[in-house]
Amino acid sequence: MRASPLIRGLDRVSIPFLVLLAAIAVAVPLLNLAVSPLSPWYVPTYLVSLFGKYFCYALLALSIDLIWGYCGILSLGHGAFFALGGYAMGMYLMRQIGTRGVYADPILPDFMVFLNWPELPVYWYGFQHFPYAALMVVLVPGLLAFVFGWFAFRSRVTGVYLSIITQAMTFALMLGFFRNNFGFGGNNGLTDFKDILGFNVQSDATRSALFAASVVALAIGFYLCRVIVRSKFGQVLIAIRDAEDRTRFLGYRVESYKLLVFTFSACMAGAAGALYVPQVGIINPSEFAPANSIEAVIWVAVGGRGTLVGAVIGAILVNYAKTTFTTGVLAPYWLFVLGGLFVAVTLLLPRGIVGTIAYWWGERPRFPGGNGAGAQNGAIAQPRPAE
Amino acid sequence: MMRVLRERIITLVITLGIILAAGAGARAESLETALAGFAGDSYSDTEKAIEATAASGNPRAAVVIGALQDGRLFFNPGTKKIFVKAESGDLLDAATGEPAAGENASELKPVRINNRLRRAIEAALGGLTLLAPDPGKRFEAAQAVFRSRDAAALPTLDAALAKETDPGVKRALAEARAAVILNMSGAKEADQLEAVAVIRARADQDALALLSGLPAAASPAVVRAAKDAIAAIQSKLALWDAAQNAWYGLSLGSVLLLAAIGLAITFGVMGVINMAHGEMVMLGAYTTFVVQELIRDNDPALFGYSLAIALPLAFLVTGATGILIERTVIRFLYGRPLETLLATWGLSLILQQAVRTTFGPTNREVGAPSWMSGAFEVGHITITYNRLWIICFSLVVFVALLGLLRFTRLGLEMRAVTQNRAMAAAMGIRTSRIDALTFGLGSGIAGIAGVALSQIDNVSPNLGQGYIIDSFMVVVFGGVGNLWGTLVGALSLGIANKFLEPYAGAVLGKITILVLIILFIQKRPRGLFALRGRAVEA
Repeated sequence: MRASPLIRGLDRVSIPFLVLLAAIAVAVPLLNLAVSPLSPWYVPTYLVSLFGKYFCYALLALSIDLIWGYCGILSLGHGAFFALGGYAMGMYLMRQIGTRGVYADPILPDFMVFLNWPELPVYWYGFQHFPYAALMVVLVPGLLAFVFGWFAFRSRVTGVYLSIITQAMTFALMLGFFRNNFGFGGNNGLTDFKDILGFNVQSDATRSALFAASVVALAIGFYLCRVIVRSKFGQVLIAIRDAEDRTRFLGYRVESYKLLVFTFSACMAGAAGALYVPQVGIINPSEFAPANSIEAVIWVAVGGRGTLVGAVIGAILVNYAKTTFTTGVLAPYWLFVLGGLFVAVTLLLPRGIVGTIAYWWGERPRFPGGNGAGAQNGAIAQPRPAE
Repeated sequence: MMRVLRERIITLVITLGIILAAGAGARAESLETALAGFAGDSYSDTEKAIEATAASGNPRAAVVIGALQDGRLFFNPGTKKIFVKAESGDLLDAATGEPAAGENASELKPVRINNRLRRAIEAALGGLTLLAPDPGKRFEAAQAVFRSRDAAALPTLDAALAKETDPGVKRALAEARAAVILNMSGAKEADQLEAVAVIRARADQDALALLSGLPAAASPAVVRAAKDAIAAIQSKLALWDAAQNAWYGLSLGSVLLLAAIGLAITFGVMGVINMAHGEMVMLGAYTTFVVQELIRDNDPALFGYSLAIALPLAFLVTGATGILIERTVIRFLYGRPLETLLATWGLSLILQQAVRTTFGPTNREVGAPSWMSGAFEVGHITITYNRLWIICFSLVVFVALLGLLRFTRLGLEMRAVTQNRAMAAAMGIRTSRIDALTFGLGSGIAGIAGVALSQIDNVSPNLGQGYIIDSFMVVVFGGVGNLWGTLVGALSLGIANKFLEPYAGAVLGKITILVLIILFIQKRPRGLFALRGRAVEA
């Protein structure tokens, strides 16, 4: 008898990883709040926020890994779902400012007063309530992904075509959000947040809480992804990745599988964005930039796609490297490093860090997606233009 | 025939001479009487005198009124004679311009003016330039009167119209006269109807403004005629607007075509997703910059040829970069399009940063040779030379590429490798060499596109980023693997974009286009001109 998928999600790989995440979620806030700043164990607040940000990125990477590593859908527009979630949270935070804004309008955010808007647009209604905002955080990206995916998958747009139109999607959204009359603050986006759930977003305790929330969200996301890929549903996803036509001929509704996993992944990305915004204190249209989405893809590629753990590790590693480079004298060279990463990983390390380690340990069955393009394992053979 | 003509001309000249002589006598006389008013030493007399002088139509009138404006007009209280003090200090008779002998300068009093008179002087001078000898000045004066619609200018206008020979100026004068008549309260209905017809023929925004701002006292017939005219002008303007939009769209389409055509080779023919394509365009633009800098330093006389020199160089530079990229990166990734996409994106970041470190992050200035600057007008459309050249250039590149693929050995081998790699290899074609050359060709074309785009866009490290998504849209929309599809795709996207802009604004127009393409790809996943048959799955 096979155990329920919910239990099978907890296996030899997941349990240590989840335990590690839980330990981080407890230890880091403790070391920040309860330890004297003079102690060598003290974790400064800026580090808490920085790593909180990384864990949000890790959740985004996880959502990309789920569809790319396990279903072969390379989305270059996942930054859009991330940013939409962020905007939903930003709208809640804006409504919380209340009369403390520059113009002290109890209802309208500052930028609307500045632009002489007579009243709150309808789509801003309800965002003063946290549960509603939290619902929108996953609902809006999910809905967009559902509509987009419904069109795309039904007409069998696959491969690079899908990648390019997802990129066009996020580009179009970016252009839209840059406009003032869209009602999301135009260029400047949403910022100057004060409170979240009644706590000051700037205080150490709130920052630690947000950090813990991000880690917990990552753990939940990881567990859900693990459950999905270990279930029968996940096996069909892998089949679609490796041989889409064959899966279809076997009688599976490929479109429905893809649509479901794509929508779920978008919801995850939205949640990641919502946790990201209060920690960095701003959301603006540049989050929609196509470059951001592609960068998120490389986190997954570095860590190893189709491994889930790899996506988390890749996101944290690459972003840590980015912070180190861009804050020091090496700043002009960061793009060389990032560009080099893209080339080196695809050419030399197609399995990514975690995938390669797993391959060496001979655990291939446990990481079926080690080489991503499945059917083309070891495809680095003949030059052979696609289609 | 010739003799008849000659006789007629002689008759005409004689008649004209008689008329002119008679006219001159009459004019001198009316100027004398008009000038007398200046001696009255009161502001109201002076004002009347200004109007009378201006209306006299005498060439001296401008001199006299100009002198009045500068405070150089004097009169003798005793003899009531008027004198102009020339800038040299000599005293001249105002009516004749002859030196005034025997006048004592100390007895003369200046003609005084106040602010109200200054305005009258300015209006009079404006009217008087209608009679200036330079046609350009007359044209400008006519335009000024058209805008001011000052009824006082009517007599001068009539005088100017009677002797105007230049057809362009004559039309401007007639329009100015029509504007004045339409704006006047006491004009005859027949005159006003005629004026409406003249303005209707002008058919531009000013004409529209004039006709819709008719005085309330206008007769019903005139109002009706004006309404008709407004409708006619509006439909005519809408037509010109459409033509202008079509021109802008064509221009944008040609830019898209240039940017996308190289991509049509690498993506369309080879199936390689080259995200660094935009950076090839950027490299081409920087090659132009370097060429121009070298020319400026060494031989400025060559500047007019700088673009012609830059073209082959840009092709070589970017073509070589493309071959290098193909040999070192892309050839290991054939058959793995998603990986190719990521690797070339990385390359684009590296190329951007390399250019940024070498040339700095700011925009570099690329000059335009004289034959590319300037503009001319066709009807109500302004056409700039650089846009015109770019349209021609893009078509030339398109045809050349088409010819290359169709008629040369390289093109033949390229098509063979694309259609059936194994068979082509069996026939003795070195497929990997063809791969490298094809990629180099696509990149080289991006480079020469960069030379053209350097003329209309900012040359900065981000130049290529702006084109990459649009180029992919063009190729995907037009259909992969089909150059004609690229042409149609580029032009239709360009024109659609420009026609949407007036209604939706530039950004919203662009979003609409992107959404439409996304929907279009759903409907026809393989583009407008999809390949059919076995080639699709090969």
